[in-house]
Amino acid sequence: MTIPNDIAITPQLVADHGLKPDEYQKILDLIGREPTFTELGIFSAMWNEHCSYKSSKRWLRTLPTQGPRIIQGPGENAGVVDIGDGQAVVFKMESHNHPSYIEPYQGAATGVGGILRDVFTMGARPIAAMNALRFGAPEHEKTRHLVSGVVAGVGGYGNSFGVPTVGGEVEFDPRYNGNILVNAFAAGLADTDKIFYSKAEGVGLPVVYLGAKTGRDGVGGATMASAEFGDDIEEKRPTVQVGDPFTEKRLLEACLELMATGAVIAIQDMGAAGLTCSAVEMGAKGDLGIELDLDKVPVREEAMTPYEMMLSESQERMLMVLSPDKEDTARAIFEKWELDFATVGRTTDDLRFRVRWHGDEVANLPIKDLGDQAPEYDRPWVAPQPPIPLAADDIPQMDVADALRQLLGNHHLSSRRWVYEQYDTLIQGNSLQTPGGDAGVVRVEGHPTKALAFSSDVTPRYCEADPYEGGKQAVAECWRNLTATGADPLAATDNLNFGNPERPEIMGQLVRAIEGIGEACRVLEFPIVSGNVSLYNETNGRGILPTPTIGGVGLIPDWSRMARTGFAAENQPILLVGAPPAWGTHLGQSIYLRDLFGRKDGPAPLVDLIHEKKVGDFVRGLIRNGVATAVHDLSDGGLAVGLAEMAMASGIGATVSQLDGYDPIPVFFGEDQGRYLVTVALDPQGEAFHDLLNEGAAHGIFVPWIGTTGGTNLVLGSARPVPVTELRAAHESWFPAYMAGTIS
Amino acid sequence: MKSAVVVFPGLNRDSDMIAALTKIGGVKPAVVWHQDETIPDVDLIVIPGGFSYGDYLRAGAIAARSPIMDLIRDRAAQGVKVLGVCNGFQILTEAGLLPGVLMRNASLRFVCRQVKLEVANADTAFTRGYISGQVIRCPVAHHDGNYFADPETLARVEGNGQVAFRYADGTNPNGSINDIAGVFNETKNVLGLMPHPENLIESAHGGSDGRALFSGLLEAAA
Repeated sequence: MTIPNDIAITPQLVADHGLKPDEYQKILDLIGREPTFTELGIFSAMWNEHCSYKSSKRWLRTLPTQGPRIIQGPGENAGVVDIGDGQAVVFKMESHNHPSYIEPYQGAATGVGGILRDVFTMGARPIAAMNALRFGAPEHEKTRHLVSGVVAGVGGYGNSFGVPTVGGEVEFDPRYNGNILVNAFAAGLADTDKIFYSKAEGVGLPVVYLGAKTGRDGVGGATMASAEFGDDIEEKRPTVQVGDPFTEKRLLEACLELMATGAVIAIQDMGAAGLTCSAVEMGAKGDLGIELDLDKVPVREEAMTPYEMMLSESQERMLMVLSPDKEDTARAIFEKWELDFATVGRTTDDLRFRVRWHGDEVANLPIKDLGDQAPEYDRPWVAPQPPIPLAADDIPQMDVADALRQLLGNHHLSSRRWVYEQYDTLIQGNSLQTPGGDAGVVRVEGHPTKALAFSSDVTPRYCEADPYEGGKQAVAECWRNLTATGADPLAATDNLNFGNPERPEIMGQLVRAIEGIGEACRVLEFPIVSGNVSLYNETNGRGILPTPTIGGVGLIPDWSRMARTGFAAENQPILLVGAPPAWGTHLGQSIYLRDLFGRKDGPAPLVDLIHEKKVGDFVRGLIRNGVATAVHDLSDGGLAVGLAEMAMASGIGATVSQLDGYDPIPVFFGEDQGRYLVTVALDPQGEAFHDLLNEGAAHGIFVPWIGTTGGTNLVLGSARPVPVTELRAAHESWFPAYMAGTIS
Repeated sequence: MKSAVVVFPGLNRDSDMIAALTKIGGVKPAVVWHQDETIPDVDLIVIPGGFSYGDYLRAGAIAARSPIMDLIRDRAAQGVKVLGVCNGFQILTEAGLLPGVLMRNASLRFVCRQVKLEVANADTAFTRGYISGQVIRCPVAHHDGNYFADPETLARVEGNGQVAFRYADGTNPNGSINDIAGVFNETKNVLGLMPHPENLIESAHGGSDGRALFSGLLEAAA
């Protein structure tokens, strides 16, 4: 297939490139003539939703992005946060939703590859990865196939590349039947004085292409990712890229080796819209023009046209501006790693983006306008109406022990072991906490005591009920999970997955969720330093649950004082730090109502951010001073599930009192926010124990002593004792049985 | 003890292995790039884990046919100890330095978890830090660890004490025949194993059961 450059530009062709008539008119006004076919492709790549953030930009600007530790906020390949001792953590989360639905293995694999590249492009060696995955209903005909392919793809790429996957999420809901979510997170370590950016500097310098060759894979991928799915979805398979983790591993080593020589002036990985986006970004940021000679681009297929080369999303490629006197050094490094190295252009002073091919100029566009003049919309939106509260006496009853057992054995709360055992969680030898706890923890290589904690969180059903509270809750839960290990939460990355923003009710979800995220980040001093927006997650007009995934990073100064979720020993008092007087009250949008009674009503739980911060700081203090022996935050399933998870992680049981005069259902299954279970090695009759409770009270934090660890059963009030082995069996059985096809 | 770690493109547990040898032996191993034409004079040559050449064709197949393997084969013949872990084990079987083959896991899935290993033969330079029959914990992380050998080879390997480790207590993660997790060559100076002792050597790893493999080697060399 050869596409000539002189194809006539028709309204249909413009529409096929995802450009609206008024957007096309803007192009005509900007360049004063009809674009060539290649130029139309370039505009389409730069101005689609995925690359331009045209629907979300206005709202993203409202997020807090600054803080004393922040070295680089949004706008680069990844955020950069100072962790002291001359080192920084570099991280980002990004979606690969549309491709993963079309081709799950490669879609997920290249999602992991893309985010790893974002991190090492900045000079950081990747040290941890996470994946937040959302699939359709378990009984949907495609779900098993998608779970199997996505998990294998995530593992296939990350394991081969050599980064430990230390955390993530897996969730099922019918609202993802036609649009699954694959949100990939990566973090790396770099020296603060050796961070690399995409801004080119200097005129007449070589623009160098590195890595794998360019093929036809992924042509138009970013445009595909900016459209809704229809019934012709299978036809889009050729727009999915194919990953090669072996090349990426070599690219990592070659880039870090090259960066150490001082040869790199600017670097940008070729991700969405490949050569186009990377070249324009480097030039536009540096107030420079870029001239490319496509005849020099290493290609792996014959007769590739300029259109295809400019829009290819072939993986494992980098573009750099190099110091001219070090070009030979750079070439030698890339030859050692057997990677392509080609000088494909140079920087200019005329602010034009010029592309030559076979002696012709196939594109000549104003480089700044490609990004700066991208359309920006203030799309109409309507504020969602929060659901009406549940009536006070509307508490569907069930035996507490049976309810717990059923919840642990269903798709939502069952163990994710089947998934995370397919990921290498140990490679690099620094993993201190692997998936299954509150957060993944990795020690900082070369430092005697420091470690970093990672968590990824969002509760989409809360966001659907109330995007503002749901946005707050996603941030708060992430902050809480980091805190539960003893970490100081440093900063976060947001991956905003929503439906079609051209519908005001979807736009309303996006706006209110961003407002909630912003509010929580401000109060918790947890700025957003990078992120990604994925819109149009809709099939035939039905959108996904609003899913603003938050990936957070925390710093543990001394990992010998780090908390885990499993009970540490028998006969230790259990405290419910941050509880309301009734321990638990809120059943609206709870897993108890949804998964046991099929009810999705009631408001989402409110997050009192001031209280949240106070409670978290108090718990962190208990971990740091060595009083806390185990810590777990409460989230889905409330107190009963939290206790069960601590018991299952250790094999030690617990007995928890009945709260006189209260219905046990909201006490044990309410999803009130801002609560932690903490065990302590203190005598409950002793002075130190009472001092602790009083100290909590002095801070306005209720710290009830709710029970004691010990035995082999979990005893919740007057409910029948449930052996921990029985809980474990229920918890571990669902996923393998489901994937084996023995249950639906 | 002087040691060298051989690195092929695509290996990724080289840093874990170098860290283990350095922490336990007190001396950083020499790092040998696959294109190097010599290997320093050492007591132990290690091929670490990873995905050499992306595991394309077959795990270990391409690395096994690279020129540096001739140097390793010569050293092994001279009695130098050679250890291959995970992809290193796959490379050593592909190179014919160890008997048998490693097939795709019976589950057809990558598996990373902690298993139990029984020390099947502690009477070697590699395993002298353990006691025969001792059961230790050790993590695995692989896609192609399903050990297989034809009946004749298997009988010879079993009869000659060439089984180093077996998966114990029902923890065989990959379908290996006779629960074999690691094997020696006939002269017991070459060992290949799928589990990663280098990832269980200190309290941060949650245990140090893998440590005796390295400390035993050190004592043997001393």
